[in-house]
Amino acid sequence: MTNTNISNAVLNDADPQCDDAELGMQTPGQIFRNRVLNHRGFLIGSGIIAALVLIAIFAPLIAPHDPYVQSLSSRMLPPVWSEGGSWDHILGSDQNGRDYLSRLIYGTRVSITIGLGAATVGLFIGVTLGVIAGYFGGWVDHAISFLLTAQLALPGLLLAMALVFIIGPSIWVVIGIVGVLHWTYYLVVTRAATQRIRSQDFIAAAQASGATSRQIIWHEILPNLLSSIIVIFTFELGIAILAESSLSFLGVGIQPPTPSWGLMIAEGKQAMFYRPWLVVLPGICLFFLVIGANLMGDGLRDITSPEGRNG
Amino acid sequence: MLRYIALRALLALLVAFTVSLAAFLLLNVAADPAQAIAGEDATQDVIDAIRARYGLDRPLAVRYFDWLGGVLHGDFGESYYWHQPVASLVWDRADETITLALSALTVTILIALPLGALAALNPNSWIDRFALGVAVSAQAVPNFWLGLIMIIVFGVTFPIFPVSGDDTWRHFVLPAFVLGASSVPAVMRLTRTGLIEVMSADYVRTARSKGFRGGALLRRHAMRNALLPVISVLAVQLGQKFGGSVITESIFAINGLGRLALESILGADIPTVQMLIFVFAIVFVTMNLIADILNAALDPRIRIG
Repeated sequence: MTNTNISNAVLNDADPQCDDAELGMQTPGQIFRNRVLNHRGFLIGSGIIAALVLIAIFAPLIAPHDPYVQSLSSRMLPPVWSEGGSWDHILGSDQNGRDYLSRLIYGTRVSITIGLGAATVGLFIGVTLGVIAGYFGGWVDHAISFLLTAQLALPGLLLAMALVFIIGPSIWVVIGIVGVLHWTYYLVVTRAATQRIRSQDFIAAAQASGATSRQIIWHEILPNLLSSIIVIFTFELGIAILAESSLSFLGVGIQPPTPSWGLMIAEGKQAMFYRPWLVVLPGICLFFLVIGANLMGDGLRDITSPEGRNG
Repeated sequence: MLRYIALRALLALLVAFTVSLAAFLLLNVAADPAQAIAGEDATQDVIDAIRARYGLDRPLAVRYFDWLGGVLHGDFGESYYWHQPVASLVWDRADETITLALSALTVTILIALPLGALAALNPNSWIDRFALGVAVSAQAVPNFWLGLIMIIVFGVTFPIFPVSGDDTWRHFVLPAFVLGASSVPAVMRLTRTGLIEVMSADYVRTARSKGFRGGALLRRHAMRNALLPVISVLAVQLGQKFGGSVITESIFAINGLGRLALESILGADIPTVQMLIFVFAIVFVTMNLIADILNAALDPRIRIG
């Protein structure tokens, strides 16, 4: 981390935050901290993500009711601000009489688990292929680039739906399939970055001192890719969460009674003209989670490589 | 130029067939298709009967080349679910999806280009920040949810446009908006960065010093060059609209390919799913090919290099 910050600060004359005083008086750690604290989008995004992760972890402590307990006597109660609402069910209840706030709170667990899982699966596929293509070049690079073109031409949602349906829906199947279909962004970025790093002097030095390809990849290239991989991971988190919600909405993702926001929107659809909050609320939750991840990704990109800000 | 196009076209075909092979393998190896067709509670006898009836007991390679041979003769097999040739099934529904995709692209252009241009001409102004806000939010809104909100708003509160069906052009307004909105962030950002870059170029400064201002400067000098990359991205986005039609069509009850895809998946209709994946892949690579050719025609550096 510190190394990249020094080089960023030195390379980047155009950045208004990096004037001479900053270079002369501040340590790289301080520069980094200032960048983080001055980036409003990053602070908002990571604040949203931190809050939702805490809600997911402590869901049993926060949720006022059990999200699975049905009650015929309290079906489709309106939220507290509309007529007939009560503080017992702050956001009302669904068609099975389950407390909506509690289901939304438990829904963060489903979205975040699948987002993290799928983005990790994609990371392993994309980074492995990207580093191999960028490092070895030649026909290996051509083969992997062809694979990339084919993956981009694949109608992802359609194939994901068909696979989930055939294999049978479960949280692990959804994680695996969404992950296997979302690795191109990792590949494109790590391939280009590996090519750039590979042509630098310290790689030649490592080769001259007898390091094997495996050692160079692990000790010289991957550490330098870390910050861009983290940035992509954050964006992919949002993309995977939206993909899961679409699958669950179409009935080929998370199955009832598990509280998934996409599934809750599908369940609320039948009653949406009379009980619009059943559809509106889970969508707002999805919106905040995804915009949080995107703002955090934008921010991380600006903070770790300010020279790429306009790119 | 011809050589370049031929090479690109060959690559595109190769990609489309690779996609069909990958989809075939995934659909047949990931789980037993006979089991999926028969349903969860089927007995072994029923599953075996289905396997024999649809020829699923033959080796994978034989089945793939059988399918491929059929495709080359224009025969895509028969639907398990609708019991008619898949090709006619897809053909009958294609025009709805083409209409939807083209009108969605129109919506994207009508929103993204003016917004991106206004943002580029007034950098760091309120309109620039507004455009950025639109892009960031549009990326985070789930497409299906936006569709439902449109239905709630226009179905009850402001009944201007119909929210279900595909009979008149008015039926396509809301679906086109929902499907088109998903491409706005990418196209808007590209228009903005492209135009900012062009506006600081020397020839625009020269034009400005000669007295060109406002619309004339944009039209005659800046827009053309800034739009080069935008055109190729629009072609790619149009290709993606076909795959994206699954959600929009099922929400707005449009009887096109996207809805056919959902129905055939839920009906375990593998030949139809297989053909739709192939068709969507063909559309996507064709759009990419058109984008490549457009770029090469407009920028000589590409076709020579």
